[in-house]
Amino acid sequence: MTREQSLELMRSVLGEIAPEVSLDDVGPGERLQEALDLDSIDFLNFVVGLHERAGIEIPETDYPQLSTVDGCISYLAKRDG
Amino acid sequence: MGDFKMPSLGADMDAGVLVRWLRHPGDKVQKGDSIAVVETDKSTIEVEVFEAGVVEALLVPEGERVPVGTVLATIRPAGVAGAAGAAAAAAAAGVAAVAGVAVAAEHREPEQPPIEVHGVPAISPLISPLVRHHAAQHEVDLDTIQGSGRGGTVTRADVEQAAGRAASRAASRAAGAPRASPLARRLARENGIELATLRGTGPGGAIVEGDVRRAAAGVEAAGAGAKSAGTGEPSEPAVRVGAPPPAAAGPPRAGEDRQQAMRRAIGALMARSKREIPHYYLSTTIDMSRAMAWLEQANRDRPVASRLVTAALFVKATGLAVAKVPEVNGHLVDGRFQVSPAVHVGVAVSLRQGGVIAPAIHDVGVLAMDELMAKLRDLVGRTRTGVLRSSEMSDPTITVTNLGELGVDSLFGVIYPPQVAIVGFGRVADRPWAEGGMLGIRPCVTATLSADHRVSDGHRGALFLSAIDRLLQRPETL
Repeated sequence: MTREQSLELMRSVLGEIAPEVSLDDVGPGERLQEALDLDSIDFLNFVVGLHERAGIEIPETDYPQLSTVDGCISYLAKRDG
Repeated sequence: MGDFKMPSLGADMDAGVLVRWLRHPGDKVQKGDSIAVVETDKSTIEVEVFEAGVVEALLVPEGERVPVGTVLATIRPAGVAGAAGAAAAAAAAGVAAVAGVAVAAEHREPEQPPIEVHGVPAISPLISPLVRHHAAQHEVDLDTIQGSGRGGTVTRADVEQAAGRAASRAASRAAGAPRASPLARRLARENGIELATLRGTGPGGAIVEGDVRRAAAGVEAAGAGAKSAGTGEPSEPAVRVGAPPPAAAGPPRAGEDRQQAMRRAIGALMARSKREIPHYYLSTTIDMSRAMAWLEQANRDRPVASRLVTAALFVKATGLAVAKVPEVNGHLVDGRFQVSPAVHVGVAVSLRQGGVIAPAIHDVGVLAMDELMAKLRDLVGRTRTGVLRSSEMSDPTITVTNLGELGVDSLFGVIYPPQVAIVGFGRVADRPWAEGGMLGIRPCVTATLSADHRVSDGHRGALFLSAIDRLLQRPETL
């Protein structure tokens, strides 16, 4: 998955969870959960969204890799090829 | 009896808007069926009927705001003969029944004519807060959209289509007023920023919250002082689509007016709680090592969509602990405390743009963890973006509030009257822990109880918290 594809995927999943904030407002190293004000259910919905739309398995132990925008992009590139 | 009244969907509610009728005269209804959609200051709620019967007359037109207690409709209870039922119900309401139902000859003149529902245009079709948000973002006037969803509901796709149509309209429209989301406008106003100086990064070049925040922070807005077309940036024609002129009076729309109304409603409820309820507060730190280990193992075996969160454990433990100290579970009304035989745990859900609602998960004690988790996710989702049911608003017998993700160590909640207790959980964090003369590190959470001193006192409250603690030490039993 390219960087652009990953960002698009993230925007689309987050659009349902946090519609009033834009992913573009989040710095690459900023903590996603804080920047977007996601609670544990929001974050779970985010993971479920990525899992369903990208068709990848995301074990709980991998959650820390999804804590920043860049982290998500690397993770998605790795898992999806 | 036969009257269906505007219910109180929260102690703070004094009026609601009857948005849409879901049933018509002649429809049979079962207990728990939704009969109407009501909008309060805080949320959109599907109102359920209390008893089975047949809908006789709908007395309030869609779009009307009425006080709590107003008779909205008459329902003939199952098993009651037509004419007698209609006469009794109509007599109570003071209004004649809708044509088609036999009316007893001795009826008095109606105070107002009954409303023929089928001919009344829906003034405010059912629109979820999420769709409202999209409409606000795209500056689409919801009243002009034909809903394509079930029952005429306006869907997100409808909004996007309308926005698309608007954007392709002739550019001869005055390009004076810049397109901006309502939130962006408010922020700009508050910070003294001219919208015309900003370059919008939202849909169609609209100015969004982020644009204003950056400007407020002193970051130079690209193309400041010039319209975006002048800098060669691609731009949509600045078309205002059906948005009401700022000075127009009218019912509050989605966006900040609803926010203000919600803030007022919450403020009134919290002020009343603090004024009337003598709160006492207890806190305890709970060793979560067993619970977190159990959770990790449980989630390893579960597909992503079924994973459990710690909040679910907290809700379940609270629901079960009530058995030990029933006087934290119930309602205090008119000076009398009524312990509740059922345990419906209210879950405080924060709304993304401010505000808190605490709808109930019913019968928590008998739910398996997976069921509870599914209900929790569904409830949080619907609280933020959809529609809640009246039973979820009126039934909580105790509430749980959890702000762990924000890094707060402990949280002392404010009791939602007529409830008598609220349990708070902070974040789960590693702490030093002494046991058996040894010092180690364990994940811990601080659990608190705020309770009504008219109904329980510290000793009983402490027993309740320690019951929650014991339950969290045996997570496999939850």
